[in-house]
Amino acid sequence: MEIEAAKYLAAGIAIGLGAIGPGIGEGIAASKALEAIGRNPEASGKITPLMFVSMAITESTAIYALVISLIILFG
Amino acid sequence: MGLNISLAPEVLFHIGSWPITNTFFWFFWLWLFLLIGSIIFSRRIKLIPGKFQNFIEMAVSGAYDFTESIIGPGEKAKKVFPLVATLFFFILIANLLVYIPGQSAITLETVGGVVPLFRAIAADYGFIFMITISMVILFQVIAIITTGPFAYITKFINLKSPLKAFLGIMDLIGEIAKIVSLSFRLFGNIFAGEVLSAVMLFLAPFFVPLPFMFLGLLTAVVQAFVFSVLTLVFISMASEISPEEASV
Repeated sequence: MEIEAAKYLAAGIAIGLGAIGPGIGEGIAASKALEAIGRNPEASGKITPLMFVSMAITESTAIYALVISLIILFG
Repeated sequence: MGLNISLAPEVLFHIGSWPITNTFFWFFWLWLFLLIGSIIFSRRIKLIPGKFQNFIEMAVSGAYDFTESIIGPGEKAKKVFPLVATLFFFILIANLLVYIPGQSAITLETVGGVVPLFRAIAADYGFIFMITISMVILFQVIAIITTGPFAYITKFINLKSPLKAFLGIMDLIGEIAKIVSLSFRLFGNIFAGEVLSAVMLFLAPFFVPLPFMFLGLLTAVVQAFVFSVLTLVFISMASEISPEEASV
């Protein structure tokens, strides 16, 4: 395999596999937060920012994969 | 492909041997603008606020209430609020600068070729890395002040039992991981947003990039918020003595 082809393949695999876990995790976080808001709508002002923070933390592994694949592609 | 994407910021010109990149260029003007703007604003504060002062007061007091809700009311919140709020507003404005229409069309001819004059400030890893590393050093300083230097060292190097030694090493790795996770999160999001909108503009120039631009707008606000809130959370973690640590 040529090095260029291997680069593109590696970048695709890196972000593709790296996005699975955070995708599931963010879905769980969002569903739980919406459930909580549905039960107690007055608390939505407190829940929403916390949900964003925890989603961003969950997302970070996907971002690592993304940074790695961007480095592979453009670095 | 006609795409022109580079991981490092483009060099515009040199002052002596010091390269001025496009991110630094914009960082400098934003810094100057905020500094002079806040000095002028603070001299013009009136008892009966106008529209602009009302808006600023609302934003600042909202941010202060949120800070208090995380770190707890009192002296601590007052001390930490200026730092965290500055981080938030600076990163927010730096991210939103990308949405000035027409800025990406302006290019500059340099020795190394034609480079865009504008680049999102947070898409420069050097800038974010410096902010993050100074914040992580700050967490260590706060932890040393609250627990004392001896307790701080024994948190990482503890030879009382194999388990505690192992946990100390894990804590050390955790502190180093903070640098990577904080900085990569902001950099990855903003740079990925830039790349995404560039790719979309390249594939379909009209209307198709709009939802992606909107997503980028959301990311710009949320990431500024997340960076400052995580800084706040780490500071409040470092400034509290847990019962477990107190017994060591």
